[in-house]
Amino acid sequence: MKSRNKKLLAIGLAVVGLAIVAALVLNAFRNNLVFFFTPSQVAKGEAPKDRAFRIGGLVEKGTMKRSADGMTVTFIVTDTALTMPVSYSVKEYGPLPDLFKEGKGMVAEGKLGADGTFQATQVLAKHDENYMPPEAASAIAQAQKAQTLVK
Amino acid sequence: MIPELGHFALILALMLALVQAILPLIGAHRGNATLMSVARPAAQGHFLFVAIAFGCLAYSFLNNDFSVKNVALNSFSQLPLLYRFTATWGSHEGSILLWTLILAFWTTAVTLWSRHLPEDMAARVIGVMGLVSVGFLTYMLFASNPFLRLFPVPADGNDLNPLLQDPGMVFHPPMLYMGYVGFSVAFAFAIAALLSGKMDVAWARWSRPWTIVAWLFLSIGITGGSWWAYNELGWGGWWFWDPTENASFMPWLAGTALLHSLAVTEKRGAFKNWTVLLAILAFSMSLVGTFLVRSGVLSSVHAFATDPTRGVFILGFLGVVIGGSLTLFAFRANTMPSGGNFTWFSRESLLLGNNVVLVAALGAVLLGTLYPLFMDALGMGKISVGPPYFNSVFVPLFSPLVFLMGVGPLARWKQASLPDMTKRLRIAFAIAVVSGLLLPLTAGSGFKPLVSFGVALAIWAALTVLMGFAQRLKHADGPMLPALLKMPRGFLGMQMAHLGLAWVVAGIALVSGLETERNVKMNIGDQTELAGYTFTFRGAQMVDGPNYRAARGNLEVGVDGKPVFILHPEKRVYNASGMPMTEAAINYGFTRDVYAAMGEELENGAWTVRVFHKPFINWLWIGGAFMMLGGVLAASDRRYRIALQKGEQPVVMPPVVPAAKGAQA
Repeated sequence: MKSRNKKLLAIGLAVVGLAIVAALVLNAFRNNLVFFFTPSQVAKGEAPKDRAFRIGGLVEKGTMKRSADGMTVTFIVTDTALTMPVSYSVKEYGPLPDLFKEGKGMVAEGKLGADGTFQATQVLAKHDENYMPPEAASAIAQAQKAQTLVK
Repeated sequence: MIPELGHFALILALMLALVQAILPLIGAHRGNATLMSVARPAAQGHFLFVAIAFGCLAYSFLNNDFSVKNVALNSFSQLPLLYRFTATWGSHEGSILLWTLILAFWTTAVTLWSRHLPEDMAARVIGVMGLVSVGFLTYMLFASNPFLRLFPVPADGNDLNPLLQDPGMVFHPPMLYMGYVGFSVAFAFAIAALLSGKMDVAWARWSRPWTIVAWLFLSIGITGGSWWAYNELGWGGWWFWDPTENASFMPWLAGTALLHSLAVTEKRGAFKNWTVLLAILAFSMSLVGTFLVRSGVLSSVHAFATDPTRGVFILGFLGVVIGGSLTLFAFRANTMPSGGNFTWFSRESLLLGNNVVLVAALGAVLLGTLYPLFMDALGMGKISVGPPYFNSVFVPLFSPLVFLMGVGPLARWKQASLPDMTKRLRIAFAIAVVSGLLLPLTAGSGFKPLVSFGVALAIWAALTVLMGFAQRLKHADGPMLPALLKMPRGFLGMQMAHLGLAWVVAGIALVSGLETERNVKMNIGDQTELAGYTFTFRGAQMVDGPNYRAARGNLEVGVDGKPVFILHPEKRVYNASGMPMTEAAINYGFTRDVYAAMGEELENGAWTVRVFHKPFINWLWIGGAFMMLGGVLAASDRRYRIALQKGEQPVVMPPVVPAAKGAQA
């Protein structure tokens, strides 16, 4: 009987411990989820104003510009339907990835600025040449689907 | 011709794996010695044919046989010889073949070092491993054949992904797979024990050395992978909480929990059900990890779903292995006699705490890794879970773990006294707290409290390791050094591994809190300053590599106006694929690394340059090396070696649990 009580106590402590851990994990999870929006969704005002999120699409050709000191890059990202301007500070967040190019897919994380420019803190364009970041591919697919519906 | 031979060898290997799986399991069930004796030769033959298949694929890669689709997609005629060989496992198909080869290798190792096992146990273990191999070989032959031909034959290949063209790739995947697959041995022992219905603790003793070795390889693989990412990716980070990293970290967490739980089961006969469950969990995580990384599900859930053969097969296989073992567990678990008693404060209960934390950490990683995939697959939107989540979960989870690590090894089995432990540990605790509080005074402004906390934890853990040695030495007579060397290797291994973890914790705390970086545009002759180092940019020139062209920067680094060393970071473009890649340059040191990478080329020979000062980052890998050394020591413990020698008298172990007495005979 005595060992049974101890076993129950041990199980009880483990359950309490796990409950604390679960609360901790789920709380951290909720606070750190980053949602993804396409440029069209952002244009429609669906994206949050004060919280970081991700956007994806193609870097429009001929839109990539560097500031005079070369340390801030701006470009326009498109899902082939709508576009949005993006600004990225190399000085603060490091160089752009090797595979970042005009006309190619990319994903950026950051916040929406007051002037409607997306202030990116991270730009992703990894893996190989043929590979499109899945979010970027899905943004383009969604935009094209919406367009065919309109027609 | 050669690829067809390889294909044929794979089919023969599948046939032998079927024999190895079915006959010994039937034999063990019926007590038929003839059927059981099939296990060893079938497993060895199976290994031979998988090895032939692997050799054939490697041959095709080394000889640039671009008529083989896998070679054409993943190799290139200008690729250096070494990378042509490592390209063998650079693709999905090739890596599954490597996995199967390593599984066959581990099985053969079991056939050679299992003479001390009862015949039926050995037959069941080898049979279960055969079943796993049947699954992998079927998958390869029907959904992922590395020997498919291509017509018309391309003139040249597409090249191996440049990221994989690194000496690290020679060792990293094989080490990782040795670890993943190594847990199949512990899994097979657990399943064999469930099948036999003899749920004594003998299986725990037998599977313990195998688990330590698998854990050791996995630790080498993970540490090596982290080192590789730091050196190769050019981002200056050493761990990104990337799903591919998590895929190897999850089996490691489960395996570490299993190691600790096996110790309790073997020594005290407690936690039997739990240990079986952990063995199943560790191997399941290995399978999940392999498929996460290798099936393409991470880059696109939808691409994965559009190739239904692979997707359905993989999910089906995972379902059969995990679901099947858990069902078997559900039927057999309550037949296990409950083992040794212990009180709420004892080494057992502390190890239980260790297990709970490790499994909770595993759950947290699993949630963060799989949840985005599920959301995407169900069409509920795309989300990502980044490093902030994992960091905010791991600090509070691992802190009590490291604290417990200090207490556990000093506590008595069965019943420890809280007042006595408090008395013994209070000095170590005080030293740790005081050093944590004093640390900011030495560092100046901008010091983060988390750094102090991490360093205090590490000091605590290191001091308790020393106390463990002191406690053992007190009971030994004679001079210190011989007494130290005479200590059981299992104990020494544990101490080394714990010391290594303390070192890693200190390294993580220091580098995360104190590292600095600067991104700057540099004209030729420009200078920039970081953490007391002056960087002077002397321009970049073009150089030719074997299969790439690179812009090679010259960055003079000086301290107090005197040049100390020159860094040569590169920006490469690979000839075949046209892929650009950043090659960082690092000056290594015990207390700091200086790290430089080239960004983009601007006008007039100017570049954007990124420089890092990373204090104590090498402590991560030094600590990792200590943990591995601990694994080597523990695996070479005398009692395992002697138990492996056939016909010798078993070593006298403290026979704590009556059921284990006959185990080593």
